[in-house]
Amino acid sequence: MIKLIQIELYKIFRKPRTYIGFGAIAFIVTVVNLGFLFEGEQLLGFLLDSLKDKFLLSGNLINAYTMAFVILNSLWIHLPILISITAGDVISGEANNGTFRLLLTRPISRSKLLAAKFISAWIYTVLLLLFMISLSLTMGYFMFGVGDLIVIKSTISILSSDDTLWRFGNATLYGILSMTTVTSLSFLLSSLSENSIGPIVGTFAIIVGLTIVSTLGYALIGPAIPYLFTTYLPSWDLFFTMKLDVAKLTHAIYVNLAYTIAFITFTFYYFKNKDILS
Amino acid sequence: MKKEVFLEFDHVSKQYKDFLAVNDLSFKVYEGDIFGFLGPNGAGKSTSIRMTLSLIKPTSGNITLLGKNIVNEREETLAQVGALIEKPDFYPYLSAQKNLEILGKISGVQKLKSKIDEVLELVGLTSRRDSKVKTFSQGMKQRLGIAQTLLHDPKLIILDEPANGLDPQGQVDMRELIVRINKERGITVIISSHILNEVEQICNRMVIINKGKSMVEGNVSELLTGSRMKVSYVTDDNDRTLGLLANSNFKENVNGIEKEKLTLLIEHENIPELNNFLSNEGVKVYSIEPIRSLEEYFISVTK
Repeated sequence: MIKLIQIELYKIFRKPRTYIGFGAIAFIVTVVNLGFLFEGEQLLGFLLDSLKDKFLLSGNLINAYTMAFVILNSLWIHLPILISITAGDVISGEANNGTFRLLLTRPISRSKLLAAKFISAWIYTVLLLLFMISLSLTMGYFMFGVGDLIVIKSTISILSSDDTLWRFGNATLYGILSMTTVTSLSFLLSSLSENSIGPIVGTFAIIVGLTIVSTLGYALIGPAIPYLFTTYLPSWDLFFTMKLDVAKLTHAIYVNLAYTIAFITFTFYYFKNKDILS
Repeated sequence: MKKEVFLEFDHVSKQYKDFLAVNDLSFKVYEGDIFGFLGPNGAGKSTSIRMTLSLIKPTSGNITLLGKNIVNEREETLAQVGALIEKPDFYPYLSAQKNLEILGKISGVQKLKSKIDEVLELVGLTSRRDSKVKTFSQGMKQRLGIAQTLLHDPKLIILDEPANGLDPQGQVDMRELIVRINKERGITVIISSHILNEVEQICNRMVIINKGKSMVEGNVSELLTGSRMKVSYVTDDNDRTLGLLANSNFKENVNGIEKEKLTLLIEHENIPELNNFLSNEGVKVYSIEPIRSLEEYFISVTK
């Protein structure tokens, strides 16, 4: 099994498309950091405009944590697309290239091959997420240093700089879980498709579609919203409040796990019985 | 000595919704054969080959490969089989060597590096081992396709349209390579093809299928000699020869005159008698030429 995973990882990291995700993240993180370096005071002024009358804000408010938090917010919708570029290609790419015929005429079970492919795609997802968070923090640290993090949601949380790093750690762990759900969705769509475009577009369409419907169509699907995995994609920010909402976090974890298991189970069932015609 | 049955189709069918691709197909391939799997486009050859390799599940019937049921004992069976299905597709962004390494590792090949050296040498690709496959010609990909079938020392290789896209020299080279693999390594070969010349030249046994059904199965030479061949004669006076034949025991065999050649449909064993007859009648025969015997046979079977 380990040999199969090594082979799948080798194939993934020999494809130029694999580096699109890393390149895009590096580009966006750099641009956002440079933007704050040159226009940071105006941007912060705009963001904190409503608080100026009530609070006296001082200190290094543009810092590594602020940058990482802003980037996490801005990239959370982009990350699924970047993940689907690779996860959506791991099965359909073989069908498209005609290489399934080579692999599946070897003495190896379809289940093992599929498991190796999913684990490899998951490793790619984890690496992409770790790259995004570590680059955001590192670049922010060298450009702005550290400081307190102000989080404005329905409440205002001012998180001390020495009380912040663990929150990014936990947010990363939750991010791995929610992006695993996205990976398994891409993986499922990849098994249904004979080309890579379908799973990429399909993943994006499902996530954006459900998010829009959840936002605008409350009357239509209101009771279903707490059970949609897209509702919990941004739930990593639960860790950036003064008091952690454990009940909401637990529900988010269960929903993500349920969807991940469902997507993977269906993929295995479908692929094991699929006629390979490509 | 009785030969072992390496592949047996036993009343196999494959239904796709409202289309019956393979219809109650039965045939056998024996150890040591170069077996031709012939049929026109859309006859069900590729579906049958894919069912043999468990890429497609049969709707009904049994396929026994090397004595095992391919559906129930897939991995054990495929460990002894090499296959090249339709186009020789590889990972284009990897070298020939890396492609073979991946496939060899999946197959659990021992001493992989020396095995890769050996198969690349056999197919004449040693000098291009480090080139990316995307730079390969169709012929080179086809040869690499053969190389990957041999990596794990199979008892049987299955080649689906192995001469597809090859130029005439490439086709000759491919045929020679297949015969070498069969003779020197004792590997049984199944060739699916619609190129009749290919099958006629290298196969000892064949099955012809059409619309998913077996039309005929047997020894190639016996099947061909057991039927009427189309033969063309060039004589000093075709009109006089035609008249002579029309009044002889061979009048049933006369087919006509095509492009200044007299053509006859005649059994293989009766050709010497016909030659004697013409010689005794003083006809000068300048050439006798069989006209694509398998092609004629194929058309007669599949029409």
